Amino acid sequence: MTQPLLAEYFPILVFLAIAGGIALAMVGGSLLLARQKPNAEKLSAYECGFEPFDDTRRRFDVRFYLVAILFIIFDLEVAFLFPWAVSLGGIGWFGFLSMIAFLGVLTVGFIYEWRKGALDWE
Amino acid sequence: MDGFLSTPIGILAITIAQTLALLVPVLIAVAYLTLAERKVLAAMQLRKGPNVVGPFGLLQPFADALKMLMKETIVPSGANRFLFILAPMLLFMLAMLAWAVIPVNDGWAIADINVGVLYLFAISSLGVYGIIIAGWASNSKYAFLGALRSAAQMVSYEVSMGFVIVTVLLCVGSLNLSEVVRAQQNVWFFIPLFPMFVIFFISILAETNRAPFDLPEGESELVAGFFVEYSSMTFALFFLGEYANMILMSALTTILFLGGWLPPVAVEPFTWIPGPIWFALKICLCLFVFIWVRATFPRYRYDQLMRLGWKVFLPFSLVWLVITAAVLKLTGWLPA
Repeated sequence: MTQPLLAEYFPILVFLAIAGGIALAMVGGSLLLARQKPNAEKLSAYECGFEPFDDTRRRFDVRFYLVAILFIIFDLEVAFLFPWAVSLGGIGWFGFLSMIAFLGVLTVGFIYEWRKGALDWE
Repeated sequence: MDGFLSTPIGILAITIAQTLALLVPVLIAVAYLTLAERKVLAAMQLRKGPNVVGPFGLLQPFADALKMLMKETIVPSGANRFLFILAPMLLFMLAMLAWAVIPVNDGWAIADINVGVLYLFAISSLGVYGIIIAGWASNSKYAFLGALRSAAQMVSYEVSMGFVIVTVLLCVGSLNLSEVVRAQQNVWFFIPLFPMFVIFFISILAETNRAPFDLPEGESELVAGFFVEYSSMTFALFFLGEYANMILMSALTTILFLGGWLPPVAVEPFTWIPGPIWFALKICLCLFVFIWVRATFPRYRYDQLMRLGWKVFLPFSLVWLVITAAVLKLTGWLPA
């Protein structure tokens, strides 16, 4: 059982190695071939010609975090739907209605988020 | 010779040959997609586009590649060096890796795994890491904001993409990409699932950060978005990855909705043309629409983009998914 399964995934490993090799060769080749002549001005962060004002790692809008949380919830939902969709022919009305109930619960949550304004970007 | 091919080294050699036989055309296609984009945009704006390097500018992509190769690789002083170099390579590798499961013809998938759809979904989700790492490692405000925007945009549209894919799976009953195409022998899925096809196509525009959703790159406000600090080959890798992703998403659209390698009608003159040609033609059609959209539509505002993703596509695709499931269940058309 494990042997043919592994054989199916083996080409993906080969793909990974070859793609990594190409990427390394391209970056490495450029580093070797092109003249590297850095100076302090060249290496400073780009800010339309100004000296960089302060560090980048500071506070940013919390809504990005909110989007990430919402994404996790709905992506998990999609992950649950995959096996359900494939086997729907064999699980009868009980299987069908269970998933509808699950989606219903999530929809209630979704409506709550919507009403609370979590989806608004002013 | 037969004996050699069944030894582990023989299998490895075959797999490497197959991989190169797929990746090299993909990379050439990426090179010519950049040229095609410039040519088509030029034609739509009544210009000529690149026409100096080679006949009709056909050598332009190679001139560009050589130029990139000979440029200095700049790593900003504030950047995290290792992650800074890793990010473009990661993005490029993911864009290539996804091709392992794409069936170009009946039985021509290099890795014909039984969860191909899930694999593609996972690999395209991982692309966000490349962007976030690039934006974070650059330690530049433009790059950071661009990365945040880009990541938020990609995850927002991924959800509705997921629902669309599940709807297609309902009609197929398998996660294998070749099975998805075989299920379209009678009718291509874009006909019965037309609204989902439209949502899917718009979502892949957003997913690949293309116009009219190219906000992460919004030249007028963020200069170049998350890869503003990159130069030379590290920049080229982002570029290649992005265009390879465009082709990949077109291939996915072709497989899910446009019947993959199948001819439009299975009658004489159409069946003479081999499957891979049909597959490539359909991908070209999708890519042309990508470029056409870029030439036609103005850029979305960020709040409009998020509204479209979360308040229009998400509820609509969810409802359509439930309706599709109910109809299939009631009519007994579900695949066993």
